[in-house]
Amino acid sequence: MNKWTRRAFISAGAVAGGGIVVGVALRPGNLADDLNAVVAGEGETLVHAYVKIDQDNVVTAIVPHSELGQGAQTALTQMLADELDADWNRVRFEEAPALREYSTYALGRGFLLKDVDLPSFVVPSVDGAMMHVSNFLDLQITGGSLSIRATGQYGMRVAGAATKEMLKRAAARAWDVPMAEIETENSMLLHRASSRAEPYATFAADAAEMTPSYTPTLKEPSEFKIIGRSVERLDIPSKVDGTARFALDVRLPGMVYATTRRAPVFGGRVARVDDAEARAIEGVLDVIRVPGSVSTAMIGGYPETGEAVAVVADSYWTAQRALAALVIEWDTQGHETLSMAGIYAQHDRDLVRTDGRESDRTVGDVEAALADAAEVVRADYRVPYLAHTCMEPLNATAHVRDGLCDVWVGCQNPLGFRREIAKALDLDEANVTLHNHPMGGGFGRKSRPDWALQAVHIAEAVGRPVQLIWSREEDIRQDCYRPAASSRFQAALGPDGALLGWHNTYVEKMDPPEAPLIPYSVPAQDIGYFQSPSNVPTGAWRSVDESQQGFFIESFVDECAAAAGADPFAYRAALLADRPRHLAVLERAAREAGWDRPVGPGRGRGIALKESFGSIVAQVAEITVNDGEIWVDRFVAVIDPGLAVTPDGVTAQIESGIIYGLTAAIHGEISIENGAVQKSNFHDYEAMRISAAPVIETHIINSGHDIGGAGEPGTPPVAPALANAIFSATGQRIRELPLGKHVPFSSGVLVS
Amino acid sequence: MTTTLTVNGVQHSLDVDPSKPLLWVLREQLELTGTKFGCGIAQCGACTVMIDGVAVRSCVMPVTSADGRDVVTIEGLAPGDGDLHPLQEAWIAHQVPQCGYCQSGQLMSAAALLRRNPSPSDAEINDAMEGNICRCGMYGRIRSAIKTAAAAEGTGNE
Repeated sequence: MNKWTRRAFISAGAVAGGGIVVGVALRPGNLADDLNAVVAGEGETLVHAYVKIDQDNVVTAIVPHSELGQGAQTALTQMLADELDADWNRVRFEEAPALREYSTYALGRGFLLKDVDLPSFVVPSVDGAMMHVSNFLDLQITGGSLSIRATGQYGMRVAGAATKEMLKRAAARAWDVPMAEIETENSMLLHRASSRAEPYATFAADAAEMTPSYTPTLKEPSEFKIIGRSVERLDIPSKVDGTARFALDVRLPGMVYATTRRAPVFGGRVARVDDAEARAIEGVLDVIRVPGSVSTAMIGGYPETGEAVAVVADSYWTAQRALAALVIEWDTQGHETLSMAGIYAQHDRDLVRTDGRESDRTVGDVEAALADAAEVVRADYRVPYLAHTCMEPLNATAHVRDGLCDVWVGCQNPLGFRREIAKALDLDEANVTLHNHPMGGGFGRKSRPDWALQAVHIAEAVGRPVQLIWSREEDIRQDCYRPAASSRFQAALGPDGALLGWHNTYVEKMDPPEAPLIPYSVPAQDIGYFQSPSNVPTGAWRSVDESQQGFFIESFVDECAAAAGADPFAYRAALLADRPRHLAVLERAAREAGWDRPVGPGRGRGIALKESFGSIVAQVAEITVNDGEIWVDRFVAVIDPGLAVTPDGVTAQIESGIIYGLTAAIHGEISIENGAVQKSNFHDYEAMRISAAPVIETHIINSGHDIGGAGEPGTPPVAPALANAIFSATGQRIRELPLGKHVPFSSGVLVS
Repeated sequence: MTTTLTVNGVQHSLDVDPSKPLLWVLREQLELTGTKFGCGIAQCGACTVMIDGVAVRSCVMPVTSADGRDVVTIEGLAPGDGDLHPLQEAWIAHQVPQCGYCQSGQLMSAAALLRRNPSPSDAEINDAMEGNICRCGMYGRIRSAIKTAAAAEGTGNE
């Protein structure tokens, strides 16, 4: 990308123009002093909003994304360092503060707009695909696998290249030589003709006075030295010796602890609290009613959260015991009748509604194709709600005093959290300081600020620093869940089994909009949906709609192959003749898995393919059926992410996405009865353990296309690959998750 | 009531409720925050420490049960002087952590395993480690890293 395409220019243009101030074109020397004060430490020069250089020539990248474990901060630093020609051994990173200068909105929007030059009045509908437009200035989102694709490509690389240009210009002036004669290498400026060499640090102060270009010359992929290398992640050493500071590890002088219970029935209120017994426990400081909230900085449904009761004490352990001793009478607001049977019955009614069906794609005449079909294949699929269960339970530490608020939290949208907190406390945003921490898992949950709002309300009430910690039970029962969804298919097969018509209606839709679309060449398609709202809070869950749609579509294609009497791989491959990228991924997966070799008696093999977040992933699952129990032996995965910035990081993300997907596929089910979630902790909401974890092999295809995501695309193919493997081994087609409801799974594998 | 704890070789006399779980004494009183809270019911292993060389879930262990015993947390796993424990080295070599939150517990379980079984098989690794959940799913890397560390230890002892 050394030429500025229209797409890239619009992205950068959105950054520089339109009144949206974003780091790429920010001039530190000119900037509000407070940015310098917040970001630059002793002996450091802020050369660019995203780049600091210290007197020892250490380059620090300022990364406007949160670390959930996905390694994005390291990869983004690589992208900046490569364009800057920095010495990787002397590169550090730090997370950007929650200031508007580090909003990722414009980068994300520029990315979404792609090559389309839209008039401003339609921009809100484009934005609506990912985010609420009214919050446009306050997004600092880590999600949608966008970090590398948008911020990396259009933020970090531009910042690195622009900084390099400014340093060269400063050196050219000082040395009185043409800028074109200056080379850069390992954080050094070189002028070979005069044998001059100086570290970047020498010219950092001069460069900081210049205005960075937002269209600097970028490298060709063949010139990359750091991008594409499996560098060691910069955060890992602190994660093996206990020194990494998660939000739960914040310790402040005079800090006390709190824990809460929110109305178990969603949207409920507190009717009456008897706290006599709780207050009698030694160490209990207060019992507080905490208001519910309505969050807007998120995708998902039913954003209202219910009222809660909090106990504040000298220890989390004390608070937890006192919470159990409270006698709370809840006002369920009429929501106590909600049940899974009722939710699914509503889905079934909505699937056959005659009005209000929204269309995702209409091609050809599906009705005619079904009428003329040699065979019509029909199937209904369904998946339940899912919780996120990040390893680190939700927590936030807050100190509210003298019209100021400090919050320590690990979240996926620091600016959005800051705005919601300011609103809740009726403070100016400038008086709210958000200290973001690496997260012990996020998976989408930590984009919704409900628990942080509880923390600031409690801190305001007690007037001293408070650390709010949710129990695991509260974490599971007060999540914003992956939506339950149902999907109905009809396929028209020709006399030779060819797929001629595809009719699909589902409930319900969230994001991304393309999730229900199929890559297969089917002449007649009608794909559409109904919304079927309930008062269950829903939100982004690793890969969002892609994981439900992956299970639906890739299971049903398998059914079509079976009806056609075709091999599931060959059947898909024949439908991908005009999608060479998809076909290459599918074929590679089949080859690496040894698809052409018989799988052996008592064993099964399933394949699935899903494009999501700009990457294409195919997976082959291998299982053994032993005494009627399913053992998951092996997963072979192939991803085409365009270009893997950190190949080992991409591999790790695929491994992670597969295990996360297996937990969901085998165990995951949030059931709701009497208006409330029934599951409570890891004993009844199980996670895959090491003893059941299959061997995973990951292969990467660097096709050279636009960079895609890695954090999410590994998950969508998992459930269908496994369900298809079960079908191949047993003939049983399972159309509902979790699979463990329908067949027993072994809790252990024999590892060879 | 006074409880005497030896944590990472340092003796502490603490005036705490004897039924308070060791986890919260470590995190709140001693400010050793490397040991994590994950479930509170000994289901996830994030709170694992070693007591007299054995892996223990500190979230359900009353502090009084550790009275007079030798507690090692993640902060005390390395031998010191800037050296890392072979498991920590292997964890870095295999780039095991993603979010990293469960890794203190994983490392302490693995350390206890290698103490009693310097060269564990895959099945023995599965047995010893199945109490530790990793929601980032780094199980394959954990298996490999334990074997690497076991091999390094074996070499070192020769």
